[in-house]
Amino acid sequence: MMKQEQMTVVRHKPIAKNIYELTLSGHLVEEMNAPGQFVHVKVTSQAAPLLRRPLSLCRIDQNARECTLIYRKEGIGTTLLSEKRPGETIDVLGPLGNGFPLDAVEKGQRALLVGGGIGVPPLYELAKQLVKKGVIVTSVLGFQTKEVVFYEREFAEFGETYIATVDGSHGTKGFVTDVIHERAISFDVLYACGPKPMLKALEQMFPDKEVYLSLEERMGCGIGACFACVCRVPGSETAYKKVCSDGPVFKAGEVVL
Amino acid sequence: MNRLAVELPGLSLKNPIMPASGCFGFGREYAQFYDLSKLGAIMIKATTKEPRFGNPTPRVAETPSGMLNAIGLQNPGLEKVMKEELPWLAQFDVPIIANVAGSTMEEYVEVAKHISKAPNVHALELNISCPNVKKGGIAFGTVPEIAAELTKLVKEVSEVPVYVKLSPNVTNIVEMAKAIEAAGADGLTMINTLLGMRIDVKTAKPILANRTGGLSGPAIKPIAIRMIYEVSQAISIPIIGMGGIQSAEDVIEFFYAGASAVAIGTANFIDPFVCPNIIDKLPALLDELGIDHISECMGRSWKKGERSVYCGA
Repeated sequence: MMKQEQMTVVRHKPIAKNIYELTLSGHLVEEMNAPGQFVHVKVTSQAAPLLRRPLSLCRIDQNARECTLIYRKEGIGTTLLSEKRPGETIDVLGPLGNGFPLDAVEKGQRALLVGGGIGVPPLYELAKQLVKKGVIVTSVLGFQTKEVVFYEREFAEFGETYIATVDGSHGTKGFVTDVIHERAISFDVLYACGPKPMLKALEQMFPDKEVYLSLEERMGCGIGACFACVCRVPGSETAYKKVCSDGPVFKAGEVVL
Repeated sequence: MNRLAVELPGLSLKNPIMPASGCFGFGREYAQFYDLSKLGAIMIKATTKEPRFGNPTPRVAETPSGMLNAIGLQNPGLEKVMKEELPWLAQFDVPIIANVAGSTMEEYVEVAKHISKAPNVHALELNISCPNVKKGGIAFGTVPEIAAELTKLVKEVSEVPVYVKLSPNVTNIVEMAKAIEAAGADGLTMINTLLGMRIDVKTAKPILANRTGGLSGPAIKPIAIRMIYEVSQAISIPIIGMGGIQSAEDVIEFFYAGASAVAIGTANFIDPFVCPNIIDKLPALLDELGIDHISECMGRSWKKGERSVYCGA
């Protein structure tokens, strides 16, 4: 059940250029169970910046009652967030949305995880839970350049991990789809999170496979009330899904990308 | 004595706090956080005759102390609202104010006629001020004669009192309010969002797919206060005020300006508990201000002798 809580900053550090890893502790963690869910963070009690920021859950540690978020410092909100020190509290609403379906893949089957940029974090908890289930995990992570690559080693602990950078400064030069093609990676189920063009490319590349895509969209409320983050459903003029409450994970083909 | 109870045409409110239309859906999401019966009323999302998808995304953009939206009146349509949403809301002890929208006068009339028959709909809010739709919406809310004609037509068919939601995107809001009052409106709700725009510095493209959107949030509060202050002294029907309310203090300020009840919009997105929290905090604030009943706040800032105070019943 979603709740609102002042969570405490436990650890907070930059892990790549403008990429921060933020670990929070609080009772809210007890409600977090699905990889791919997100939280809605209010970075200040002031009126500016006004809106909450949707950030995906990267790690969930029920024993320590801690969760980790990874975000990119980009605008005013994330810059303010990056200044939070251990011991300070942050207003968190969550967990929100529906995560990646773990039951889509059986023990012994192969899952391919594809992440692009700041879409990589939610795949970490997914990889962790899939491996625990006995699924063979392969990860392909795409970034712009070497400076913003993160969690390569962490993903490698769960299985084969490949990196693509657009400028070729690390791993394969090009996109995640180039790596998948080049390595002829086989899989039973594909899970992906990242920019829309990447998700579109994956959807087109594997029309006959079971593919789950996590979408990102500008949100108002994060809980389904404001209708800001809707997407169309194929073949209908009026049908829609809300990214925040129906998603953010959808089966390929379920919504129009 | 319930110090927060307010009487308005069609509405016996246990408190004057209600979520504003378009910021609360049909209540289902917020019902996961608290009992909706706690609210004074609920202004549900705008309803049109047919289901409406709305505008392409992105539909929201942040601004200093505010947000722009261009949802475009997305809603499931009259039939579904009547069959599914209103009966679901009937489980709560809270009057519903149905926001009525349309592309033509006939459509407004059709929606008003049917939705006003729902047992838990106690009033209509005529949406003539949505800035995000090409047909209807603001087109009806910027020309006094057209707004008056539409008000008259809807009044003829509505089985409950009709409140008209004023747009701030006009040169003379007092003139508009007077025309609507003369046409028989039972009350006004104001203000709707202000037309605004943001452009991405990196791409030079408008952030909203619709290019322009409606500005809401604390950034617009001073404009709402000014407009309510001016309009409330020029008319005799009550005003439900809205525009950037975030706290109990903001509510009192709206009453001082001339509102008889208030609606809370954008603040729900930032704090889902904002409405019940404000309701809880109001009695202590009244104590602090030495005020027995919230209605006594109404119009306190008016110029002396402008007109008698509307205190509800």
